[in-house]
Amino acid sequence: MEGGVGYADNCLKATELRLGLPGTSSDDHHLRGKKRAAADDNNASAADEHDAVEAAPPAAKAQVVGWPPVRSYRKSCFQAAAAKTSKPTAVTTTNKVDEPIISKNSAAPAPAAASLVKVSMDGAPYLRKIDLRMYKGYRELREALEAMFSGAAAEVNPSEFAITYQDKDGDLMLVGDVPFDMFTSTCKKLRIMKRSEATGLGSPRQMN
Amino acid sequence: MSEEDDDQPPAAKRPRASPPPDQVLDNVLETVLQFLDSARDRCAASLVCRSWHRAESATRVSVSVRNLLAASPARVARRFPNARHILLKGRPRFADFNLLPPGWAGADFRPWAAAVASSAFPALASFSLKRITVTDHDLHLLSRSLPSSFRDLHLLLCDGFSSAGLASIASHCRGLRVLDVVDCEINDDDDDAVVDWVAAFPPGPTDLESLSFECYARPVSFAALEALVARSPRLTRLGVNEHVSLGQLRRLMAHTPRLTHLGTGAFRLGDGPEDVGLDVEQMASAFASAARNSTLVSLSGFREFEPEYLPAIAAVSVNLTTLDFSYCPVTPDQFIPFVGQCHNLETLYVLDSVRDEGLQATARTCKKLQVLHVLPLNAHEDADELVTEVGLTAIAEGCRELRSTLFFCQSMTNAAVIAVSQNCIDLKVFRLCIMGRHQPDHVTGEPMDEGFGAIVRNCSKLTRLSTSGRLTDRAFEYIGKYAKSLRTLSVAFAGDSDLALQHILQGCSKLEKLEIRDCPFGDAGLLSGLHHFYNMRFLWMSGCNLTLQGCKEVALILPRLVVELINSHPENEKTDAVDILYMYRSLEGPREDVPPFVKIL
Repeated sequence: MEGGVGYADNCLKATELRLGLPGTSSDDHHLRGKKRAAADDNNASAADEHDAVEAAPPAAKAQVVGWPPVRSYRKSCFQAAAAKTSKPTAVTTTNKVDEPIISKNSAAPAPAAASLVKVSMDGAPYLRKIDLRMYKGYRELREALEAMFSGAAAEVNPSEFAITYQDKDGDLMLVGDVPFDMFTSTCKKLRIMKRSEATGLGSPRQMN
Repeated sequence: MSEEDDDQPPAAKRPRASPPPDQVLDNVLETVLQFLDSARDRCAASLVCRSWHRAESATRVSVSVRNLLAASPARVARRFPNARHILLKGRPRFADFNLLPPGWAGADFRPWAAAVASSAFPALASFSLKRITVTDHDLHLLSRSLPSSFRDLHLLLCDGFSSAGLASIASHCRGLRVLDVVDCEINDDDDDAVVDWVAAFPPGPTDLESLSFECYARPVSFAALEALVARSPRLTRLGVNEHVSLGQLRRLMAHTPRLTHLGTGAFRLGDGPEDVGLDVEQMASAFASAARNSTLVSLSGFREFEPEYLPAIAAVSVNLTTLDFSYCPVTPDQFIPFVGQCHNLETLYVLDSVRDEGLQATARTCKKLQVLHVLPLNAHEDADELVTEVGLTAIAEGCRELRSTLFFCQSMTNAAVIAVSQNCIDLKVFRLCIMGRHQPDHVTGEPMDEGFGAIVRNCSKLTRLSTSGRLTDRAFEYIGKYAKSLRTLSVAFAGDSDLALQHILQGCSKLEKLEIRDCPFGDAGLLSGLHHFYNMRFLWMSGCNLTLQGCKEVALILPRLVVELINSHPENEKTDAVDILYMYRSLEGPREDVPPFVKIL
């Protein structure tokens, strides 16, 4: 597990998908809360990365589990509508260097139903289900999966795992290749498997 | 009543003029007790003596098992063989917010399905299930073994089943009157396995009075739905899902002129033939017809609403008593003209997208408002502030008859909460959720103690309270001192010490349900409630400072409690710190189907 990571590698690190215990990445999962000065919430962490390379890591306002007490179905219904009604913000960039720049106001309208997908992990006793539209990018997704499965993977080195998904055609793909929006619309199931089994998928850089 | 004659023991000798004394007493008792409806009255009656207990049990028609783990179906069937309406509640409420790890398995319907299959409840007419895992197999079994008296199935916040299970119910429950599937998580993952359950209803006229599937995530065949509605002459409540378009809705409304409750689905134009050329006027005339009958009193849905079509519902606004806009992000401009006509509104669910102006407009018009829920459009701690103390104060001053409120906001002031307590003295439910954790009064900088203190002091009928914001032990001192009718309390990220928990447990004598998360309460606080835990349905404490020792002590002293320690982070197995404590009274003792991350003391 890597220790402190400089911001220079953060873009590269952001494209890397790995599992680790919560707290090992640069994010602090136990922040208590003051409001940040920035107007928007979810994309602020990305904005911070690109704006304040020298500053101490402000870190994403980590979502505390189950707070605010709103059922996740409700939370996911309004992601796009929320973007439309909030104050206009400066154009923000996402984590990946090669992902298109998206501004909050041009977020695509959310599709009709919550896109719940099952997440299985090799060796874990039970599956989980997540709503892909709750996440704004691969990094949030990775963090959520880490948090979910950190217990089950306790005995195995988490960096040995790769996150894969089954797309509409039924093919097994490595998570991270396509832009996140495309991923959320084509992903049917997620599977976290041992890296050794995931050879042949994706580029060497992502395998790391 | 002829019952007394029917109950004559067959062995009675002819010359006897009247049945033996205790037989008379039982008959009279049963006859009289039938008029007792309230569950509390019935419980009281059953404690008088054995014959009252017997009589009450024989005549109990509505049975509520508000914690599935408290009593087994066999026990319930033995005591209440003539039960007609059964209400079951499963998971604790915090499970809705992902605080309960999956696989907890304490809310399975399976034993009840098996009980029905062995004819345990021959007079069963309705099942109401809340937060329970019901599988397709359970529904399959149920549908084939329910007695012919069965009429109503209500599933609220349930999971575990798919369209196949619904199809079983649709096809096999003859005489079904109510099928309400509300806020459930339905497992239709496999495209190939989705069943058209609406088409599964048998042909011919149905007895359906209520059909609600607003949460159903897949499209249903509109042809089948329209045909079903057309042959259900008794249908008065219809709630369709977001895949039903405006044009389709209009067609359905044409078949149901006497509708009282309508869930409008997407409220948006679709691609089908029903929507071609549909304009606002046509939609408005559909609602105008409904308004002429004056029967339509409740509207919900609007899951993907197109604002241009919202004016179509204006005709029914004056008749509405219930309006659920909780999935409809209306802006103030869209909302205010409409709510200005809703003089008879009693229940309103909105999103905070209506802003303070929308709430002010509501306060001006809806003088009969009793229930108000203001839910967040963007449920994050750093989201924009759309409603504030201005809106809450306006509601307090305008809607004096308020009974129940759920209000989400980013920050609040004590003054506004005090205003609520002074104006809405009939308040029974006050749930304020300041989404910013530990947020004090944003004007004075003080904790929210005085606001909540005023609520418990002035609203003597308060039975349910949810707190939020920065609260010191003083807030709980107020709660313990004044909230004497309180039955349910939810506390999150509050308090300074064990004293707060002590105030609650020693002061709130009627407390039945206590759910606490992420508060600095430890064993000393827990143990201060030993005298009261048998009077409670359950206690939930997660993210607090409890230890194994403290919980063990409770389990030792109170053997009829089931003390579950649930670990949502199994890698912390080694410490003595308790992650989640879920403790409840039960007649059955510890359950057997316990997953590895749960320890029962």
